[in-house]
Amino acid sequence: MTAPIVRIEGLRKRFGDNEVLRGIDLEIAEGEVVCLIGPSGSGKSTLLRCVNLLEEPTEGAITAAGHDMTAPDADLDLARRDIGMVFQHFNLFSHMTILDNLVIPQRRVCKTPKAEAVAEARRLLAEVGIEGKEDARPAQLSGGQQQRVAIARALAVKPRLMLFDEPTSALDPEIVGEVLEVMKGLAAEGMTMLVVTHEMAFAREVADRVLFLDGGVIVEQGPPAEVLTAPKTERARSFLHRVLHPAD
Amino acid sequence: MDTATDTAPARGARMTARGRRRLARTLQYAAIVAVVAVLAFAADWDRIAASFLQFDIAADMFPDVWTSFWNTIVYTVLAFAFGMVVGIPIALMRVSAFGPYRWFATAYVEVFRGLPALLVLFLVGFGVPQAFPGIQYPGGVYGQVAIGLGLTSSAYIAESVRAGIQAVPKGQVEAARSLGMSHTRTMVTVVLPQALRIVVPPLTNELVMLTKDSSLVFVLGVTTATMELSKFARNELTDTANATPLLVGGLLYLLLTIPLGLLARRLENREDKR
Repeated sequence: MTAPIVRIEGLRKRFGDNEVLRGIDLEIAEGEVVCLIGPSGSGKSTLLRCVNLLEEPTEGAITAAGHDMTAPDADLDLARRDIGMVFQHFNLFSHMTILDNLVIPQRRVCKTPKAEAVAEARRLLAEVGIEGKEDARPAQLSGGQQQRVAIARALAVKPRLMLFDEPTSALDPEIVGEVLEVMKGLAAEGMTMLVVTHEMAFAREVADRVLFLDGGVIVEQGPPAEVLTAPKTERARSFLHRVLHPAD
Repeated sequence: MDTATDTAPARGARMTARGRRRLARTLQYAAIVAVVAVLAFAADWDRIAASFLQFDIAADMFPDVWTSFWNTIVYTVLAFAFGMVVGIPIALMRVSAFGPYRWFATAYVEVFRGLPALLVLFLVGFGVPQAFPGIQYPGGVYGQVAIGLGLTSSAYIAESVRAGIQAVPKGQVEAARSLGMSHTRTMVTVVLPQALRIVVPPLTNELVMLTKDSSLVFVLGVTTATMELSKFARNELTDTANATPLLVGGLLYLLLTIPLGLLARRLENREDKR
């Protein structure tokens, strides 16, 4: 078996007196799709943001995509190229055109020649189903379109691993599907993905493994069929009941 | 109207809200008309016209006034350029994670925002040359003005730009960093371009202020060739013993500042559409 693409050991994260992560150990294999579920405040997003060091861990060691992220001399800028991230609120560069959102990172980060960067940008936009919007500004696109562009932008610097932080939570229900379709395609191509999500149907269909977080620890994990259908712990059971039957 | 036939106390009580608003507005119009009428009758119009509206004096100012008009523009642009070139790095230092940069930038802003522009101009024009004999400003009086007015301006510009930087959503920075951009690269490529768009209105305001502050340049001792608009108008005032040059000078300032205001509004609207 090859070395895991993500290895997290003894991860703790405190914000002031509030310990959000209380000892996380996690390994993710290359090509694996892992969904993180759990109640709000359980530490899912913080865990995700620790992987590319957008949050600095208080304690613990993280290696990701071959980079020792928590080493004191880690070159995080170099490492983050290999770790794509998609945000809840898209965070497209609002002053740039859609095309430039994909071209500029390639030009500035990877020093890709312009013609090549533009060609790659167009290819990626086509792949996520955004065409004829190259010169539009992000604000002129729908949320679903913006998020698909954001996924394409993250892919533009050729990451080996993708982090998704509640990618569909800010979207209207009827356009969630178009973003999930793109993510499914990405998973099918073999991309390693770590996804914080509330979309249980997506987790069930696409995830290789589901992690249930609560109170800053991984309470339960396993194949989606087990965790989502027959959770072993009472906490996971009651969470899933609330998510799947909100009206009860 | 039947309210008019009601007795006064009953009318107040029974009047509709709209009726009350209409009455209030009518009273205000009436008051304004009264004030204008009193002024129109009380003022000595011949005297005012003789002081401000001597067309031959106004005509005599041309074409020489254009030199000073042009100098006003040049001084303003030079000072603004200096203000931007110095102000933006100061703004970046203000938000730096490195303490000494922040302390220096804070002190700089406090000093040059706190000192009167006139005093700074004196310092640059007379204090510095005295303390450092033989010092030469590039461009002579133009260099003195750029620095003398620019120092004050840079403090205001730095504060505006700092506010702009802090108004850029945190998600923009996180997105840039997650793509592998360095801190500096993120600032240059993502944060500053957005911050500068945000601060277009306050910067235009600063440009208008500078246009007016350029009238302080006379303290450096200017010649006919380097005179700005206020000094020119004041000279004409002395020469002709008439106030018409002030009116002409004032109108020429407005010719500069009003288009700037309109431009700012247009830029603002354009940004809103994003």
